[in-house]
Amino acid sequence: MKVRFENVSMKYDGNDRTILDDMSFDIQDHSLVSILGPSGCGKSTTLMLISGLLMPTDGKIFFGDTDVTKKDANARKVGMVFQNYALYPHLSVIDNIMFPLKMAGVNKKKRKERALELAELVQISEHLNKKPGQLSGGQQQRVAIARALSKEPSILLMDEPLSNLDAKLRKGMREEIRRIQKETGVTTVFVTHDQEEALSISDKVMVLNEGLIQQHSGPQALYDRPDNIFVAQFLGSPEISTFDFDDLKAGFDSSLRDRLQSKDVKLIGIRPESFTQVDGESGLITGVVDRIEIVGKERTVRLKLDNEQIVDITDVDINFTEGDKVSFTTNFDAMHFFDGYGNRVVIKDAE
Amino acid sequence: MQNRKTWKTTFQAFWYILPLFIIIGVFNIYPIIKSFAMAFYNDYNIFTGETSGYGLTSFETLFSDQEFAESLMNTFVYVLFVTPLSIVISLAISILLNNVNFLKPLFQSIYFLPFVTSTVAISIVWRWLYHSNYGLINYLLGIFGIDSINWLTNPDWAMPAAIIMAIWKSLGFNILLFLVGLNNISKTYYDAARIDGANAWQRFTNVTVPLLGPTIFLVSILSIINNFKVFDEIYALFNGQPGPSNSTITVVYYLYKKFYTEFDYGVASASGIVLFLIIFVITLIQLWMNKRFVHYR
Repeated sequence: MKVRFENVSMKYDGNDRTILDDMSFDIQDHSLVSILGPSGCGKSTTLMLISGLLMPTDGKIFFGDTDVTKKDANARKVGMVFQNYALYPHLSVIDNIMFPLKMAGVNKKKRKERALELAELVQISEHLNKKPGQLSGGQQQRVAIARALSKEPSILLMDEPLSNLDAKLRKGMREEIRRIQKETGVTTVFVTHDQEEALSISDKVMVLNEGLIQQHSGPQALYDRPDNIFVAQFLGSPEISTFDFDDLKAGFDSSLRDRLQSKDVKLIGIRPESFTQVDGESGLITGVVDRIEIVGKERTVRLKLDNEQIVDITDVDINFTEGDKVSFTTNFDAMHFFDGYGNRVVIKDAE
Repeated sequence: MQNRKTWKTTFQAFWYILPLFIIIGVFNIYPIIKSFAMAFYNDYNIFTGETSGYGLTSFETLFSDQEFAESLMNTFVYVLFVTPLSIVISLAISILLNNVNFLKPLFQSIYFLPFVTSTVAISIVWRWLYHSNYGLINYLLGIFGIDSINWLTNPDWAMPAAIIMAIWKSLGFNILLFLVGLNNISKTYYDAARIDGANAWQRFTNVTVPLLGPTIFLVSILSIINNFKVFDEIYALFNGQPGPSNSTITVVYYLYKKFYTEFDYGVASASGIVLFLIIFVITLIQLWMNKRFVHYR
């Protein structure tokens, strides 16, 4: 089912703080969309609004062509996986999975059939008669997904579903969620604060900050062509380095410099892995090596420039030691240009 | 300080518990044993402490006494009405209170007041409320065109009067326990149930009741035990009488009457033992049901 938000705003009663401000977006049928952002950005609120557990202060919400703004959670028929799973502790695994069907008045035989089918899908068949308290976090997660899918929801919502799992399990469950989504074809909205999670499993990612959509695009575009400085900085680790245009302009040839100036470029962002070392001090940036960190195959060089700015650089051959003065440059394509408001400026490479 | 357990340390520890042990021994343990023994005496003289031997004569007297049968019957009726009604009403009120954000502490205090007020004071107020000519209750019934009821003097209405007052009095404590229980149920279960398509009633039966199971069990076991021991409500409400023409005599009232007014110690003790056994068996049944049906997190 397609989901459309039209100018949706959300304020909680009692305080005037706007959680979401004039939000509009479309989520395509059968796709998996992640809502990504720092805590407090409004991503969980967005999910609650889709679910119908919260009602928007303003604006309209559509499922397909139907206006569901006024309908509550009961009527919207969405499935939801909660952060802490919220499995009914007094019911066995199979009863948990059957619960939504029981509420829908499906007869017992059909309920059981469907529940067994889903238990198979999420690979929890051996534990059907256990109580949730007897299951591990990953198993509870699977039960929660099965329960959410059992009534064949129009949309599957997931609120930070992996945040309670340990790192190794998280990666496995991530693949599982993608597999289950592909197999069932259910439109899925996945809320997370973990960029790796969002980028690895989604068809599209929506980055939120302070109640505003920063960018809504494919995961790779998010990294390669960030719409603004927030998205550029939020994605990638170590963080992208940003330089004042004035600090770097000496390194550009005059025609490029003029074009950048004419487009009002104020900031330039360069990702840590896009730097290459050059001889002497002829590069775009030159500084003293503050620290070299080698963890497994990851190498991070921390460079301190003359103006005290710290720049993280990765993926370079290390033929220098701490305290050396080293110079780095990058190519034109790897530079992200932003104007004074932090928005992306598109510069075509004319040469 | 972690001492190894030796005879010496055990002996030392014994001295610490001795003062309390003496008090409990004199006022609790000895009377319990003694009353058990007294129930099996034949012809007991309390002044000389003489008895002609052991036997079941007290129980024989007890079970052939029409009044004891009545008091058992009355006690069962009382428990059967007060316990479930009190639980249902206090659960309903606590759910309402839980949804009220405005002046919640005030309402909680108001509902808790009866629990901290003395039964005698409450009974005096209720006697006035129940008054056949000047009582508020009959006045209210009059508004709806119902003839006034002689609550306290008509044998048919005496028990209902006691039951109504007892329910009202028990609400405060039960509501307090239920509110604690309700606060321990995470809101996400209700969100999950709403997402799963449960309406308000289904959320109540499928989330609130099972997750409140331990509290419901605790409240029911406490109130059943308490209600079987009913005495002071009756004593105070009917001015020191077991109701008009003995209509609200209960087991403890019977015990009291045998002991203090008829000096029939053997029968009084025997009735105490019968009450103890009844409560014991019912508690065992409840414990079994608790194991079978109540889910603990």
